[in-house]
Amino acid sequence: MAEQALSDVRILDLTWYISGPYCTKLLADYGADVIKVEKPGEGDPARRMRPFFKDDPHPEKSGLFLFLNTNKRGITLNLKSNWGQRAIKELIKDVDIIVESFSPGVMDRLGLGYEELEKINPGLVMVAISNFGQTGPYRDFKASELIIYGMGGSMNDSGLPEREPLKKATGTPILFSTGNLAALATLIAVYQAKIEGLGQQVDFSLMEAQMESIDRRMSHLVAFQYNGEITPRTDSRARMSHPAGAYPCRDGWWHITAGGVQWPAVGRMMDMPELIDDPRWNTMTAWLEEGRADEFLAIFLPWSLEHTKKECIERGQGAGANCAPLNNMEEVLNDPHFKARGFWTEIEHPVTGKATYPGKPIVAEDMPWVIRRPAPLLGQHNEEIYCDKLGYSKDELARLKEAGCI
Amino acid sequence: MAKLPLAGIRVIELGVVWAGPYAGRLLADWGAEVIRVESRQHFQFHTRGYIPRSPQILSERSIGYSAYKKPGYDPRTAHNAFTLFNGHASNKLSMTANLRTPEGKDILKRLVQVSDVLIENNSPRVREDLGLSWELVKEWNPRLVMISMPGFGDTGPYRYYRAFGVQMDAFAGHGYMRCYRDEDFDTQSIVFHADEAGGINGALAVMMAIYQRRKTGKGQWIDLGQTEASICHLAQAVMDYTMNQRITEKLGNRDYHGAVQGCYRCQDVGGKWALDEEYPDSWVNITISSDNEWAGFCRAIGNPPWTRDEKFATTLSRYQNHDELDRHIEEWTREHDNYEVMYLLQKEGVAAGPVITEKDAYSDPHLRARRFFTQLTQQVCGTHFYPGIAWKMSRTPNQLRLPPCCLGEHNEYVYKQVIGVSDKEYEELEKQGHIGTDYVPELTGE
Repeated sequence: MAEQALSDVRILDLTWYISGPYCTKLLADYGADVIKVEKPGEGDPARRMRPFFKDDPHPEKSGLFLFLNTNKRGITLNLKSNWGQRAIKELIKDVDIIVESFSPGVMDRLGLGYEELEKINPGLVMVAISNFGQTGPYRDFKASELIIYGMGGSMNDSGLPEREPLKKATGTPILFSTGNLAALATLIAVYQAKIEGLGQQVDFSLMEAQMESIDRRMSHLVAFQYNGEITPRTDSRARMSHPAGAYPCRDGWWHITAGGVQWPAVGRMMDMPELIDDPRWNTMTAWLEEGRADEFLAIFLPWSLEHTKKECIERGQGAGANCAPLNNMEEVLNDPHFKARGFWTEIEHPVTGKATYPGKPIVAEDMPWVIRRPAPLLGQHNEEIYCDKLGYSKDELARLKEAGCI
Repeated sequence: MAKLPLAGIRVIELGVVWAGPYAGRLLADWGAEVIRVESRQHFQFHTRGYIPRSPQILSERSIGYSAYKKPGYDPRTAHNAFTLFNGHASNKLSMTANLRTPEGKDILKRLVQVSDVLIENNSPRVREDLGLSWELVKEWNPRLVMISMPGFGDTGPYRYYRAFGVQMDAFAGHGYMRCYRDEDFDTQSIVFHADEAGGINGALAVMMAIYQRRKTGKGQWIDLGQTEASICHLAQAVMDYTMNQRITEKLGNRDYHGAVQGCYRCQDVGGKWALDEEYPDSWVNITISSDNEWAGFCRAIGNPPWTRDEKFATTLSRYQNHDELDRHIEEWTREHDNYEVMYLLQKEGVAAGPVITEKDAYSDPHLRARRFFTQLTQQVCGTHFYPGIAWKMSRTPNQLRLPPCCLGEHNEYVYKQVIGVSDKEYEELEKQGHIGTDYVPELTGE
């Protein structure tokens, strides 16, 4: 097997919750050596978040934490103690990157600001992930996934016109996508650091990461500049052409976008070739006429309800239409495609045993994705890091533990 | 001042719609020279528009993904004014070549030989039709990093499936969990998380391969299934199924982890911070995740008697009485506008933020203070602000450099200076129809 792409990248990880840990997990899974620092006793708050293995709210059983922290070594350290701050300064000597997700200003107050750390390790990259960035009037504001999406993302135009705007899927997909982007920011900075020896600080704001994202917002922001448009929430029935959206079928729901220039695919899919040249629908502009959508749905919905999800997708894809089943998680896990590609991975963990996790997002033979170790137990690698790496004796370690330092 | 981190890296983008172009854009933002290779002979649906020569009425009816439609709208330049494209096309160059001809293929070969990266997000079928494969391009340039990022990856039963991001999300389980709790799925807006996930992971994959190439001297090919990248962002639901066999259901705006949260209607118009009288609909998001935050919330709204009801005494009981609590919260938010609610609650340590419109975004004090938007002048659309760069780096300050590229705008530079064709050859390629700034008459009907 080829060497992992990031096998020479060393990261000190002071992040917690979701975005920061997802950023360092992605890098760890492709080879980076990540030392995760947690608060003694409590650990990362993600340890206390759903879903728990067998619904047991135990700090080593959070499926969220287990997923977000694969391939990391974990130590505990009290950052507020002088001793803890000294330990960070020792650990920093031997890494390329420090990633943190505290509120802006916390690292400076701890005496661990970039200027201090850079003196110890010139060329160090420091990535600070925060809700709104290290400067600006909202710098110290609190946020949640919902709030980040509302302020940065395309929430205002999601949902029904008469109801409240709607967030993305259950869970926190926005914290994952922004953490994913932070991994790119980290890698771009470390690339430059390795080539030119130029270290620097990365100021990563979740709000701006969303504001720049491709999912509709970019287009809508430009549409406002060009045309003064504020993109409203629209009713699915008011769509410019059909089919475009989720429709009920015999055993559930499916999603298809094939109006407009892909119209011939609809006729082929429904076995109604006469639709292909029907002037009521065969051009983009024909759909602009009043009542055209209703006329079409009167034919389309009964057809859809007669077919199963599987039939709809097979016929639709066979005809060249963009379509998909609305899968629930059971269906996703059982889907033959992701299984055939070896997407899922089984990871053995000392407390929860074996479980299936989402696997590699990027497939490349020469850049393997490898699970070398499961997420760390709280403080699991204290001895390995403090004694073997920093040279503390086991007695000292015991005393530090008693003093609440680790 | 230090140069941008990716200066000196040349990227060929055969990107369509969103995910591939977003990957290209992220690299362009940090200094890579990203060259879009486009075709005058083929109009790619949903990339530079829906149809060539988009009539004015079509642009007027489509909101959000429309062409520049101020007075003087010209269907002949609509492909350079499409917002869906111009949103991501800043900082990029555009050249044209017909890759379905031997001459076009030769041009691509010569470009590949002087480039570092090739990004494409077509269906594998398109790649096969073009006769474009990793086996072929690595012969042209063994140091090349090539990424193919179709919806479902390059292997498996759905290899040839066609999908936009919204269908990839349906396959991924995202669509099933993105809905009001009390509505059916046919109320869903069309959202594209997989484009975001795919684009970000595409750029990340390219950077990893470029990083690795420093050490190995070799390029490589990357297979990215956008749907898989999107599934990773649903880890809670995946793990709840694999550890507890539980299917995660739609929750509307509610928090999966047990905080009280929602999106609440605010005062319609006229408040101190109200921004738009034509668009009175105004909303705020609030999340209350601890007893401290609850106490802060109660202070902010003046401790009305209902807040002392036992029903709202603990995090758990607040979650159990969510509907009733939502009604109380909204009674209060309706008296204020959404920015005002943010300031009042944040002052007391409560997470709150407006659901901002495009108009709000450009006047938002925070984004202005951080200079997020950049003004650029483009030949068709004039001077406008564009969404800027996603993060900041202390020693390589960065703003958008180039306006959205027009079709074939950089032909002369790319052909002559990058690929090195002679003036004579350039003229010949122009005659053959490769080089130009408009689609061929067969497409435009002119």
